Amino acid sequence: MEIVAPSTEQLLADFESKINAEIKIEPRDWMPEEYRQNLIRQMSQHAHSEVIGMQPEGNWITRAPSLRSKKILLAKIQDEGGHGLYLYSAAETLGVSREQFIQALHEGKAKYASVFNYPALNWADMGAIGWLVDGAAITNQVSLQRTSYGPYSRAMVKICKEESFHQRQGYEIMWRMMEGTKDQQQMAQDALNRWWWPALMMFGPHDSDSPHSTLAMKWKIKRESNDQLREKFINKTIPQAELIGLKVPDQNLQLLEDETYKHGDINWDEFWAVVKGNGPCNQQRLEHHIRAHKEGAWVRETAIASAKKHNI
Amino acid sequence: MEAQKKYYLQLADNALILSHRLSEYSSHGPFLEEDLANTNVALDLIGIAESILEQTAKIDGKGLTGDDLAYRRGEHEFYNCLLVEQPNTDFAFIMVRQFLTDAFHFYFYSELTKSKDKFLSAIAFKSLKEITYHLRRSSEWLIRLGDGTQLANDKTQHAVNTLWKYSNEFFTENEVDIEMKKSGVGVDLKEVKSLWSQKVNEIFFMAHLKIPENDFQLTGGKQGNHTEYMGYILTEMQFLPSKYPDAKW
Repeated sequence: MEIVAPSTEQLLADFESKINAEIKIEPRDWMPEEYRQNLIRQMSQHAHSEVIGMQPEGNWITRAPSLRSKKILLAKIQDEGGHGLYLYSAAETLGVSREQFIQALHEGKAKYASVFNYPALNWADMGAIGWLVDGAAITNQVSLQRTSYGPYSRAMVKICKEESFHQRQGYEIMWRMMEGTKDQQQMAQDALNRWWWPALMMFGPHDSDSPHSTLAMKWKIKRESNDQLREKFINKTIPQAELIGLKVPDQNLQLLEDETYKHGDINWDEFWAVVKGNGPCNQQRLEHHIRAHKEGAWVRETAIASAKKHNI
Repeated sequence: MEAQKKYYLQLADNALILSHRLSEYSSHGPFLEEDLANTNVALDLIGIAESILEQTAKIDGKGLTGDDLAYRRGEHEFYNCLLVEQPNTDFAFIMVRQFLTDAFHFYFYSELTKSKDKFLSAIAFKSLKEITYHLRRSSEWLIRLGDGTQLANDKTQHAVNTLWKYSNEFFTENEVDIEMKKSGVGVDLKEVKSLWSQKVNEIFFMAHLKIPENDFQLTGGKQGNHTEYMGYILTEMQFLPSKYPDAKW
């Protein structure tokens, strides 16, 4: 019997019918190269974000003001690293190794969330990061639980559970500080002032300016657009700020008749400057990662050498 | 009462300060898995410290909290051994410091399960599960470091040569240790030392590491006399409660 390989058109049609039927694409399934590349870009960016995101919070572990807050922060940072691990593993199913992902990061070919290029300057930043940055991330990730690529979707389900804790603990820090002394309240407002706009920028450019979005939406890698997700986040977060007496730093914010908010203009010049490497901490974050990786080389080498000796 | 309190603080402070050193290392690990393992140990240790400090505050009866004891004591009122405050010079230093402390913790807390003090006995039982894992991890790492590449062996031997002089303080009995041992609350440090030495010899043998010939030892931490590093640790750790004494976090 003659076996005829299906044509690319047929493979693409099968692939798209699976997508339309909400059947997950698995690593061994045929997929268009653009789909694979889009996922590699997005998943590695997501994994790197988790790992680089450990740095601004790590900046405050040794100054956490109570045993409880130190435990929570340690556990949270550990969670973020764990998310990085799932995501690297899920992304490796696309045929790229973790070492290659790290190399691309170090060479500036792979990105991470620009928000982590902002500095963490006071203890309330630990609250603002959890509440706003994890809050923005979770808005996106809840949607990504339904992403079409199976390993990514499953990683997201697990990650979302932990991220919702992170957001709550961040809000709890802000709430405690707003209940506290004048100094604490000022720290909390200062942190909100500095993190609000970078958090809104996390959703990416407006839909009209988002280069990767069209195919990603068609193939259900992305399920909701940047602007839709940003609006969701804003509508959820502003009442939380008001509840504890914080003021969102947007003079042009409007409450619309349908109880949703219209935000003022986002400074896209700043967004692109940070994306292109000119944020307050871009160089610091990347150099830190490169340095730790280099300093760890002899440890990785001895671990391999020892495993070989003992046939592990 | 005072002796009991100081005995508790000796245990808590070893865990608290070592946890602090490990927490400094977050995002500095040689690879992600090890970064997480390191943080995990930091978390276990701060958990032990927190339980003991809270209990100390309770038996002290002056209305203080565990946080007050961690964040509002001066350097001379900390009773951790000098080893745990030594810096994270490199991964070899971190792991040698960890192994020497884990081995001490393992045999110390194993003995402490027999304490007449119900709290200490309970905390020892609970902590041993974690400490057993810590010791397994640091023992395995010491073998990887010592029995892998020559470079790693050199670095690890250098760490051993530097840190060894702080290792006997765990077993140097002070008045509090003697009093607590007599009353059946504390443990016999000679017994712990003997088991510890056996373990150290075993792992060093497998890791091709040598105990330094110069057995000079430094002590002082258990009496509140620390190395220069301690002031910086506390300055950083206690920064917010010191600067904003009225704030609740």
